Amino acid sequence: MTGNSAIAEAAIRAGCQCYFGYPITPQNELTEYMAANLSRRKGCSFIQAESEISAINMVYGASVVGARAMTSSSSPGISLKQEGISYLAACELPAVIVNMSRGGPGLGSIVAAQSDYFQSTRGGGHGDYRTIVLAPSSVQELADLTHKAFDLSDKYKIPTLILGDGILGQMMEPVEFHYEAPAELLVRPDGLRGAKGRPSKIIKTFTSDPAQLEELNWSLFRRYELIKKQETACETFMVDDAKLIVVAFGIAARIARGAIKTVRAEGLKVGLMRPITLWPYPSEKIQELAKGVKQYLVFELNMGQMIEDVQLSLAGQGEVSFYGRPGGVIPTPSEVARVISRLYYQKGLK
Amino acid sequence: MKKVYAYPKSLKRAPFHYCPGCGHSIVHRLVCEVIDEMNLQDKTIGIPPPGCSVFAYNYFDVDMAESAHGRGAAVATGAKRAFPDAIVFTYQGDGDLAAIGTAETIHAANRGEQITTIFVNNAVYGMTGGQMAPTTLVGQKTTTTPYGRDESLDGAPIKMSEILALVKGTVYIERVAVNSPDNIRKAKKAIRKAFQTQIYKLGFSMVEILSPCPTNWKMSPIESWQWVDREMTKVFPLGVIKDTTEKKDAD
Ligand SMILES: Cc1ncc(C[n+]2csc(CCOP(=O)(O)OP(=O)(O)O)c2C)c(N)n1
Repeated sequence: MTGNSAIAEAAIRAGCQCYFGYPITPQNELTEYMAANLSRRKGCSFIQAESEISAINMVYGASVVGARAMTSSSSPGISLKQEGISYLAACELPAVIVNMSRGGPGLGSIVAAQSDYFQSTRGGGHGDYRTIVLAPSSVQELADLTHKAFDLSDKYKIPTLILGDGILGQMMEPVEFHYEAPAELLVRPDGLRGAKGRPSKIIKTFTSDPAQLEELNWSLFRRYELIKKQETACETFMVDDAKLIVVAFGIAARIARGAIKTVRAEGLKVGLMRPITLWPYPSEKIQELAKGVKQYLVFELNMGQMIEDVQLSLAGQGEVSFYGRPGGVIPTPSEVARVISRLYYQKGLK
Repeated sequence: MKKVYAYPKSLKRAPFHYCPGCGHSIVHRLVCEVIDEMNLQDKTIGIPPPGCSVFAYNYFDVDMAESAHGRGAAVATGAKRAFPDAIVFTYQGDGDLAAIGTAETIHAANRGEQITTIFVNNAVYGMTGGQMAPTTLVGQKTTTTPYGRDESLDGAPIKMSEILALVKGTVYIERVAVNSPDNIRKAKKAIRKAFQTQIYKLGFSMVEILSPCPTNWKMSPIESWQWVDREMTKVFPLGVIKDTTEKKDAD
């Protein structure tokens, strides 16, 4: 199954009731899967929207009434959704947003890239807010994290992003789904369903009272602290005896893993730290690793974005080098292996 | 004694923040009267916009969710699709619906979304201080057309009701005004019919309401009511623009 289809199937099994999307490569299979499968399910709704802006606002409307809703797009379309994501965050409404990111800036290319890291992890739109950002690196993980995205989003009332890329979306791998779609539609109890037997409710962000808005920001950030504590996730590979740790996420982490196997065969002690949540960032894990390992190589398919989080996490406790390829150029594991071993010798680790 | 006039149940008892002579408060009341008469208070979801009516949720005693500027039709679409038992209406100004939200509106209408749009046309951007709206009349002075709207540069006032009438999914569109008791009565009838259209699941319905804005038109309330008749209705003629409800009349 392709990564895009796996997300769609996993979303349906997670009880996604509404999907609204607008065509853009490299994520069209996701929209098409929803058109074929979600639209047939009782009470569910699929709309090919007139724009990404409309799609995210339809998601907002569905979330307002308590439905599980999702949209997907790729970089330029995700830019258009940012105002809507900001509103979702401000209104404390759950929603799942998939970005199968591609090369930028501008129309860029349709090939995989990771240049939307800043946009994804710093809120992305206007205002002081965050979204949970999940970064899968296999088709199986795309499916698992899609399910998790819906649960996290509901639990913390926060829009949740799945940041993939064109390769992950289009590659085929076997995938196992651990859930069946719920028999009944899942309706959040705090959704607006009409003021029957209770006072009417308002979902809004605008206020003419700065104190009220400050309180909203405070309360959002208190929740963000809780999410940091409870939901930060990462994976490590061969770090126990490592002298150098590569930090990479998503598809880059997969390439790095291949490269690490190659250099390990040559006797170089190199490990991998792969953040699974990009926000919240696994800073504590890096701080823990930094007690033993002082050399880090950040590898990203961009000009250096996640590196800032690694530097912030290390706070001077280690030295950080960078290897990045922007614009949709995907280096092979052997290219990355060469970069690793050059650095390894340069730093006198051998 | 028979009660002939009362405070609508679904209108909260909060003093309006609108300027004297503004049409928004009249429109609010009319919508609330219709909601009451049709017994819809406990199943209605209203979608107010950024605009002078951004605080509409402080007046309507029904569930309300604020929309981003212009996105009302998309938000209403998502809400109605996810919860078809609700009666969903958007409340939008002319900047909101006819400029930034044109695409959302036309496509929601084209899909025949079962929603009702209350479109308040006051020929200016009220909330942001009286700039030109897509509906500003040619020659009309606003803060961004200080020499009057110049058709050769700014285009002519856009007629959203007529445009939307061309779209198959729209079923009922009427243009009314709230500048005289007689017009207000007609406006209420139209709003009622628009909600009825949604209840019968016939398709997209909209009532465009010509609404005075004395503050930004720099007129007295009375002058502004006259200006609606004298100038606005020449460009935006009142009446039914489209009705394919096939005689399933509201009453
Ligand atoms: C994306 C965005 N752009 C601009 C604004 C500023 N803004 C708020 S309301 C409005 C227009 C109001 O005019 P109209 O829709 O005609 O409603 P009125 O205030 O006249 O009732 C604008 C431009 C905004 N809130 N969001």
